[in-house]
Amino acid sequence: MSARDDVLAAVRAALGPERRPAVEVDRAYRGRDPLPAGAGVVDLFVERVEDYRATVTRCTAADLVDAVAQALGGAARVVVPDGLDLDVPGAVPDDALTATALDAVDAVVTRATLGIAETGTVVLDHGPGQGRRALSLVPDLHVCVVEAGQVVRGVTDAVARLDPVRPQTWVSGPSATSDIELDRVEGVHGPRRLHVVLVEG
Amino acid sequence: MGATFVGMPPFPEAARTALADTRLRRNLGHATATIRAKRAAVVAELDDWEDLRRQAAAVKDETLTHLDEHLLTLEAALTERGAIVHWARDAADACAVVAEVARAHGIDEVVKVKSMATQEIGLNEALAARGIAAWETDLAELIVQLGDDLPSHILVPAIHRGRSEIREIFRTRMAAAGRPAPDDLTDDPAALAGAARLHLREKFLAARMAVSGANFAVAETGTLVVVESEGNGRMCLTLPEVLVSVVGIEKVVPTYADLDLFLRLLPRSSTGERMNPYTSTWAGVTPGDGPQEVHVVLLDNGRTRALADEYARQVLRCIRCSACLNVCPVYERVGGHAYGSVYPGPIGAILNPLLKGVGSDPVTDSLPYASTLCGACGDVCPVAIDIPGILVHERVKVVDAHRGDRPKAEALAMRAAAWGLGEAGRMALGEKVSGLVGRLPRRRGMPGGRGALSWLPFPGSRWTGARDLPTPPVESFRAWWRRAGRDEEVRR
Ligand code: SF4
Repeated sequence: MSARDDVLAAVRAALGPERRPAVEVDRAYRGRDPLPAGAGVVDLFVERVEDYRATVTRCTAADLVDAVAQALGGAARVVVPDGLDLDVPGAVPDDALTATALDAVDAVVTRATLGIAETGTVVLDHGPGQGRRALSLVPDLHVCVVEAGQVVRGVTDAVARLDPVRPQTWVSGPSATSDIELDRVEGVHGPRRLHVVLVEG
Repeated sequence: MGATFVGMPPFPEAARTALADTRLRRNLGHATATIRAKRAAVVAELDDWEDLRRQAAAVKDETLTHLDEHLLTLEAALTERGAIVHWARDAADACAVVAEVARAHGIDEVVKVKSMATQEIGLNEALAARGIAAWETDLAELIVQLGDDLPSHILVPAIHRGRSEIREIFRTRMAAAGRPAPDDLTDDPAALAGAARLHLREKFLAARMAVSGANFAVAETGTLVVVESEGNGRMCLTLPEVLVSVVGIEKVVPTYADLDLFLRLLPRSSTGERMNPYTSTWAGVTPGDGPQEVHVVLLDNGRTRALADEYARQVLRCIRCSACLNVCPVYERVGGHAYGSVYPGPIGAILNPLLKGVGSDPVTDSLPYASTLCGACGDVCPVAIDIPGILVHERVKVVDAHRGDRPKAEALAMRAAAWGLGEAGRMALGEKVSGLVGRLPRRRGMPGGRGALSWLPFPGSRWTGARDLPTPPVESFRAWWRRAGRDEEVRR
């Protein structure tokens, strides 16, 4: 017998021959408001992203290009994904760059799929303007542009909106470790700095 | 390459050694108290925590009750999305699959995402035996691997190491594995993390194959999920050409929508954060993005044995958050190594006997007793596993498995005790003797100011070897009754 047959047979033997009715899963938690009383979604998002020691800039659509340039600081070479609709100083288009080539750029600018207020998370599904997964991973600074309208309340709302077959990256603050005596250290393998530019109005 | 848990002494022996290590106890006490406080704070933010636990338990129960159907759905979804699905009865099957994929590509070096499943099957050792080097890329796992050490915690495997020890390991061992540590390396955590970053980046950029586990596998869509903090996971899941993920068959969840529960419960229970820094999901192969050859190994290795126990199968709900370790008074004092397994703490005390079965291995048989049954683990578990109940259930199984054995000294002592307590006259005699014992010098105090004996001659040593015996009162109850009773009569 193949390993597949053996494992499936063992599962069936373990569960027994009788018909097993479905287990009811109650979903009462869905649609419940996870926001603390009085907090606005966007304000909470900003507060929670900053809680992760990421930087947030709030701007209007008209100021966006300037805000991104500011966020990039002195970054000389900035990789930009296909479909990014922004003028970025020092832009290096993603021309199927190798990992080693990516390692030589200073920063990346992407858009996001959504932001989660409750947890201070940005989610990328790597569609247009977000690039393949390696782009927002290898460079040291990630500038991520999020529209206020993309911010949802909590994880439940986020999961309900996301496409399960697209690759996704959920990012909450810069890369971090607490493996050495539980002291939190930012910047291990992913970007050492995360800068969220939030576009309102 | 790499130390192994094989040949470890049973828990009571290992625990005694660990208890003597004061630095270990200090590191652990600090670490578990810190994580406990963080967890409590973020859990308190959610007023529907108990609902979430109950519902997550229901999702996992549904998964387990119809596991065969969900596995077939998962296999079909993965295949449709371009992944290659393998099945593994046991560790040997799974290791062979991973080695075969490497061999087919002429690969002799792989990078690894921290994964309990690959540790459970001893993948690194199995690959090393076939001439393939497997590099751990999680900082704590790197410390453990370079130190030729064993993990002692599910979430923070190097929790037993202090910063100066880690500096020493990096200074003396990094060079043999690749880029050496900088000459001026200090024991500042940021400097140590920086050294790991440089050392591992070379490996990430060169790696052609990665091995991972998965925190969840969505049957309906073939979506795999890895939850992490450092970005080493993203490096491994994204940069190499070939990815092999070893996934326990209990990691399945039926639908994508089920993930909302677990992505709320896991980070809060585990690192005490609202969300972990990075979560990666992928379904099969995405053209032009990430590995273009994706394998998934569906691993049994004892899970169907656990599944067959209708009561204890709830152990397979476990999402490896490690919350039960951090609240366990036994774990906090003895550390993870004493459990002799990659799964330590309360979860290890029930999972190991359920995966391996009881009655043949003394280490495994000792684990259900490695608990005070205080119940803290069951209260904290985000998927509401009745850990204390299963501990008792497994103790019964251990006892049953040894029914035919030659009686052990402890059993003889118990039998003697039963005889001694069995009849009034014998008990009175015994109490006279114990009154004498009670006048012996006491070595230690017990809580509440009661005296205690920490050593008795054989066969009593079977008891005092691991516990203190409260000293019997100086006067027996009968003696007191006779004396006080007489006094009463006198007074009347
Ligand atoms: S048994 Fe529960 S608390 Fe312990 S690791 Fe598993 S899920 Fe977490």
